[in-house]
Amino acid sequence: MERIPILQMGEFLLVTIQVDMHDQLALNLQEDLTDRISRTSARGVLIDISALDMVDSFIGRMIASISGLSRIMDAETMVVGMQPAVAITLVELGLTLPGVSTALNVERGMQVLRKRVAGR
Amino acid sequence: MNVNVNQSGSLAVRVEQDVVLARQQARKIASEQGMRLVDLTKLVTAVSELARNTVVYGGGGDMDWQVIEQSGRIGLRMLFRDEGPGIADTRLALTDGWTSGSGLGLGLTGARRLVDEFDLDTAPGQGTRITITRWI
Ligand SMILES: Nc1ncnc2c1ncn2[C@@H]1O[C@H](COP(=O)(O)OP(=O)(O)OP(=O)(O)O)[C@@H](O)[C@H]1O
Ligand SMILES: [Mg+2]
Repeated sequence: MERIPILQMGEFLLVTIQVDMHDQLALNLQEDLTDRISRTSARGVLIDISALDMVDSFIGRMIASISGLSRIMDAETMVVGMQPAVAITLVELGLTLPGVSTALNVERGMQVLRKRVAGR
Repeated sequence: MNVNVNQSGSLAVRVEQDVVLARQQARKIASEQGMRLVDLTKLVTAVSELARNTVVYGGGGDMDWQVIEQSGRIGLRMLFRDEGPGIADTRLALTDGWTSGSGLGLGLTGARRLVDEFDLDTAPGQGTRITITRWI
């Protein structure tokens, strides 16, 4: 089955979404990520969506649910690199992604994650 | 008002992967017509929502697309049609947050906000036809 790779960097997991995801692929990612968090005791997850040129309600819901699930598992999720056109569209669609932390790029996201994890 | 059809085509929207193909097709036509990135993103997102509904609720159908011209304006028009169960209460279906399944109930209302024109034609047992237009 087709899957999106998850990289481990110390206590963080990094996912770069580079394909136009169909729904099952998005669901697989959610499953794989929660599985990896529990196996590696990762403290943070960084999801880079800078290559995504569209986020619809399905992908948005997947992002929100990864964020919620990881929190329950004592890990923080940061979504980084959302394109401005995607952000504008999401708001108009009615998806504001409450509870999802975002940052401009991977570097900044990593900084925030490190601070948050250190502060706990 | 006279509407000219400059280009047209059709795409089967039967399975989940077709949703990806539908939005890629919409992106291709819109960028060929020089649609601005934000408008294009909105159109593609609306297409994704409606194509998914066609697969999930309509039991599969088709997307007919047209590049149209009216009073010197160019636009993209898409018709999503299926022969599924139809929608009994269209007012309810067009309410933010209402879903008969496990969605967020944002697809129809969100898609309507993302385009310039939105027309829903459906009845129980009569399938569903949704036409959207986005002007360039
Ligand atoms: N093509 C269709 N045929 C039959 N019913 C439909 C069709 N499209 C939408 N509906 C009905 O309208 C409801 C609202 O659709 P909408 O796309 O707004 O929300 P959803 O698909 O349930 O959730 P979301 O799109 O946010 O994941 C659906 O739950 C479904 O009952
Ligand atoms: Mg929907």
